[in-house]
Amino acid sequence: MNFHLILFLAFGAVCVGGAVNLLAQRHPINSALSLIAVMAALAGEYLLLGAEFVAAVQVIVYAGAIMVLFVFVIMLLNAGEEEETKGSRVAILFGVPGMLIASVLMAWVVLRHSGTEAVAIGALPGNPTDLAQLLFHDFLLPFEVTSVLILIAIMGAVVLASKPDSTAGKVE
Amino acid sequence: MNAAMIIGPFLPAYSRILPQSADYVRVLPEIVLSIFGMIVMVLEPLIDEKKSQKVLGGIALAGALAGLMATWLMAQSPGMAFWNTVQIDGFSVFFHILVTAIAAVVILTSYEYMSVQRIRAGEYYALILFGAVGMALMSSAIELVLIFIALEISSISSYVLAGFRRREASSAEASLKYFLLGSFATAFFLYGVALMFGATGSTNIDQIGKTLLAGPIPLLAFAAMAFMFVGLGFKVAAAPFHVWTPDVYEGSPAPIVGFMSTAPKAAAFAVLLRIVFVINVPGKFWLIWISAALSMTLGNVGALVQNNVKRLLAYSSIAHAGYLLVAFAASPGLGTSAAMFYTAAYAAMNLGAFAVVSHFANAGERYVNLEDYEGLGRSSPLLAAALTIFLLSLIGIPMTGGFFAKFYVFSAAVKANMIWLTIIGVLNSGIGAYYYLRIIVAMYMRESRRDVPVTPVPTALAVAIAFCMAATLYLGIFPGETLRYAQDSAQQLVQSSAETPASTAPLIVPATLRP
Repeated sequence: MNFHLILFLAFGAVCVGGAVNLLAQRHPINSALSLIAVMAALAGEYLLLGAEFVAAVQVIVYAGAIMVLFVFVIMLLNAGEEEETKGSRVAILFGVPGMLIASVLMAWVVLRHSGTEAVAIGALPGNPTDLAQLLFHDFLLPFEVTSVLILIAIMGAVVLASKPDSTAGKVE
Repeated sequence: MNAAMIIGPFLPAYSRILPQSADYVRVLPEIVLSIFGMIVMVLEPLIDEKKSQKVLGGIALAGALAGLMATWLMAQSPGMAFWNTVQIDGFSVFFHILVTAIAAVVILTSYEYMSVQRIRAGEYYALILFGAVGMALMSSAIELVLIFIALEISSISSYVLAGFRRREASSAEASLKYFLLGSFATAFFLYGVALMFGATGSTNIDQIGKTLLAGPIPLLAFAAMAFMFVGLGFKVAAAPFHVWTPDVYEGSPAPIVGFMSTAPKAAAFAVLLRIVFVINVPGKFWLIWISAALSMTLGNVGALVQNNVKRLLAYSSIAHAGYLLVAFAASPGLGTSAAMFYTAAYAAMNLGAFAVVSHFANAGERYVNLEDYEGLGRSSPLLAAALTIFLLSLIGIPMTGGFFAKFYVFSAAVKANMIWLTIIGVLNSGIGAYYYLRIIVAMYMRESRRDVPVTPVPTALAVAIAFCMAATLYLGIFPGETLRYAQDSAQQLVQSSAETPASTAPLIVPATLRP
């Protein structure tokens, strides 16, 4: 068992532990903080797999920007501790076995049937040059079209969040 | 020393890296529609609010018509664009025309509706145009990543448009419900794409088809197909992913329901056609069989007990998604052409029906129940006659587009030896006749019990209804031209995929009905 594998398993354990803690915590801010742990551990996993660019982006975008948004939303909504309801107990009753079955099934399919062989670390493209080639050449159109997607998302948010005009849409 | 001299030696290298003009021509309708959408957005704050309805609507209409013209230009240069992410063939041209025409009709329908309901215009028309960009792109994209982004554009614009009746709680409910469930469904689609990439190492539909045909089919591909079907099944409102439909259609603005029930559905069916027939994953047969049978039955049975006309038409649209899915279980050539014809006919009749409903609903959409339609045959004979034709077409009465649409779908199913599915479909058409006739009976055979004001039909709406009626009757009386086009492009589509060309024997048309 080399050091690399030990690190990989350690990050994996942090990742799974963080994810479980995310669900187990009652207060949203605790859940958000454990999500940061999950994101950071995932970045470590990417780094170990030789995808240093994806690891950096993971830290900047997810652990950085998106988590700040999460925390802001929690702060603005003033979300408190959630209560255990009948519904949440039923969800646990069905959700936990369902999740276990789904993950066992998924693991079985991936391990037994995908037909993929082990790949040396760093052998798969993952450096910035490869990504730039994909993003600005092969996937240029999807990349550009995303701007339309973002535009309508912003527009939609403005439309739905704006106050309805006092004269508009009123039934006389 | 000018720029050309500097980059001169590198030109060959540049021309490999940069998209060519042909690439741009092949996405021209999308570019044109986006530009017009942005013009509408920019002009909205500059124009006086009283005039903005007419002006912005006019610009949006011009945009949709320019999109149609751009589609004609695009059709002149078929082929791949942007490094195999977009494919222009007869199939994508067909859906481009359909989507932009639907957008134009919806804009025409919205003129009056917007001023009666007092909805602000700018973002509304821009969202319709941007939504059309996504839907058009869905029909020509052959790269699953691009399809996903186009699907998101089409979905997000629908979510927002559903919530445009800002004063009504039901509209906010519709928007939120559609958004939450829709995002969930899109996540399913995306997961399916990821699994398909895992199974085949590609996200290009042609490439996936070839990989699956060449080797043993990995188990992951089945899971991927199932996930993608869940995502697209939601978008076309096929059972068992249809539960959102009645609530969303009831709360959304009526012209938008006409839009949502035709354009995004047509685009999602286009994607599904490419996925089902080009990728051709085995195991899809039962998936589609069950979903088609369930959609037809649940849709029609659900519609029987509805009193709200918008809800009734929502259940009817679930049923029609079921009829359409029947075509997907048939052989590739026949199934594709039958499904293409069906989407066109369904778009014409359903848009027309919702145009009438949106005019009749009046301010605040007060008159949308069956009782309100009583006596309409006397108080507004032309409007009632138009609605009758659309409803007869939805039933599938001969001489209307709905008849040939159903006929081609069911005959394709019979040819593929799916007798049981055909029987379920025909039985369901019988059930369907009941609730469509209920509206007709209310209009012509009942006295009006409530005081329902009938306002004169404005020109724009009259044009929209007349266009839908003309299209419905044209497809019902002269279906030959459209069908031939659909068959040709279906053949292209099927042959371009790796599988053996399917039989494209012409459908049997009863002699008396032959055009």
